[in-house]
Amino acid sequence: MLGRRGALRFLAVPPYVWLGLFFVLPLVLIIAISFRPETGPIDFDDPWSLSLVQYQRVWDTPAYLRLLGISVLMALGIAGMATLLAYPVAYFLAFRARERAPFYLILLLIPFATSYLLRVMAWRLMLGGEGAINSFLQFVGLTSAPLDLLLYSRAAVMITLVYVWIPFAALPIYAAMQRIDRGHQEAAADLGAGPWSRFWRITVPLSLPGALAAFFMVFIPTVGEYVTPSLVGGTEGFMYGNLVQDFFGGAANWALGSALSVIMLVVTLVFVVVALRLVDVRRVAT
Amino acid sequence: MTGVGVGRTRVPLRATYVGMLFLLYFPIALLFLFSFSENTVLNFPLRGFTLDWYREVFEDASLIEAARNSVVVGFAAATLATLIGFAVSVAVVRFRFRGRAGLVGLAGLPLIVPFIVLGVSLFLLFIFVDIPRSLATIAIGHSVVAVPFATLILLARMIGLDPNLEDAAMDLGATYPTTLRRVVVPLMGPSILSAWLTCFIVSFDEVAIALFLAGGDPTFPIFLYGQLRFAQRLPVLIAMAVLLMIGTVTLTLIAFRLGRRRA
Repeated sequence: MLGRRGALRFLAVPPYVWLGLFFVLPLVLIIAISFRPETGPIDFDDPWSLSLVQYQRVWDTPAYLRLLGISVLMALGIAGMATLLAYPVAYFLAFRARERAPFYLILLLIPFATSYLLRVMAWRLMLGGEGAINSFLQFVGLTSAPLDLLLYSRAAVMITLVYVWIPFAALPIYAAMQRIDRGHQEAAADLGAGPWSRFWRITVPLSLPGALAAFFMVFIPTVGEYVTPSLVGGTEGFMYGNLVQDFFGGAANWALGSALSVIMLVVTLVFVVVALRLVDVRRVAT
Repeated sequence: MTGVGVGRTRVPLRATYVGMLFLLYFPIALLFLFSFSENTVLNFPLRGFTLDWYREVFEDASLIEAARNSVVVGFAAATLATLIGFAVSVAVVRFRFRGRAGLVGLAGLPLIVPFIVLGVSLFLLFIFVDIPRSLATIAIGHSVVAVPFATLILLARMIGLDPNLEDAAMDLGATYPTTLRRVVVPLMGPSILSAWLTCFIVSFDEVAIALFLAGGDPTFPIFLYGQLRFAQRLPVLIAMAVLLMIGTVTLTLIAFRLGRRRA
């Protein structure tokens, strides 16, 4: 008969093995590969050698570092905008929607359940030269020729990604606001605080962990984006992720691509560590 | 809010919410309209209502095949991730052991690794160990990124579960595996289903990792991504995506309802 203690082995070991094999091991492998000197696809039968040549190459190529900086800034901007736009929506759901809140929340989440590529496509159709915005502007007579600036730009990538992430960003903010004790608001009101003062001094500080969680839940997937830029960004909207993808696809330079990936991983982890120092995650994760 | 003596600002919050909904639904609604239009470019005014694109969906074998592949991958990934999430939740909530904190951390960690990094890492791993890329390798990749979602949902439910129920079952002579199967799993039923559906949706929609791990058979998002270059194919693809959207939205609503019921 299998006792409780004996069962633990069957509960704890399989997750460790599965995630060890397909999560930890690949990350260890890519770090190891980033120290190989090859400049094309790698034959793993060749002996392993240790070299910093890939990192040297990244360091010597200002374009790579610049692209990394641009991508981080874009992701920070996108995460910031999505969080700011989601905040009043979450506020409405938490404090004004009352018993209809679940219904309003579902309405907000339906677009998020729609295919990601479909939503990106929607913006390509909206922004394109023959797209909805241009043909609408011409239809109502505001412009006579299509405006070129809309699609295939950094702005197009940012608009599309903010659009994609707004509903998701509202979730942790809403969760944090739900946990705010309404007694605080009433006590502050009794003591003479006006609505704005209550908002800035009670609601904002207490919902900040949720807002920061939202920010990073958008930032992390966005900083490594390559699919959206390749669809709406054109050459100007090219991101660091596109560079990595290129080295594993057409340009086939695996060791350099690995070094670029490791750098991106380290940058992301640095931001996450900073975030964890700012927020007590256990209060956010429900 | 009881609102006793609590004045409000005049910020139009409801209008902000309604405006946001409009902004979120408008592009999707436009695609929806487009899928019934005879034009292959989206031009105003829209003219010519047609169901041809939807008919073409069902005549396009490769399109149907790709959607079927996505279902297979989603099924496998969701099942694996839910099993792992369940094992992690029970182990972490009911046992004290070395590596307990490490286990929760490991199960949450895939959430903070950018998908492209995980995608290329697994791509290299499968080449390194000589496993040909296929639907199975996509399912493995998706199972990893879905584990944090399954774990978060199941952990929350497991924490709320009364441990006395398990003790009672074991006092009455049930082995621990039987207790899990006959007591814990039924009690967690809605959450397990909610976790599974969430993981399925995560996998069904995922393209950034899948692009690196696909062999010859594409999933639907991969197929879509590859075909988007051809403008004249667009209406058929959108028609298919609209059909699949109805499926995933339904699943999301079910998962959402199940998730709320536990409260």
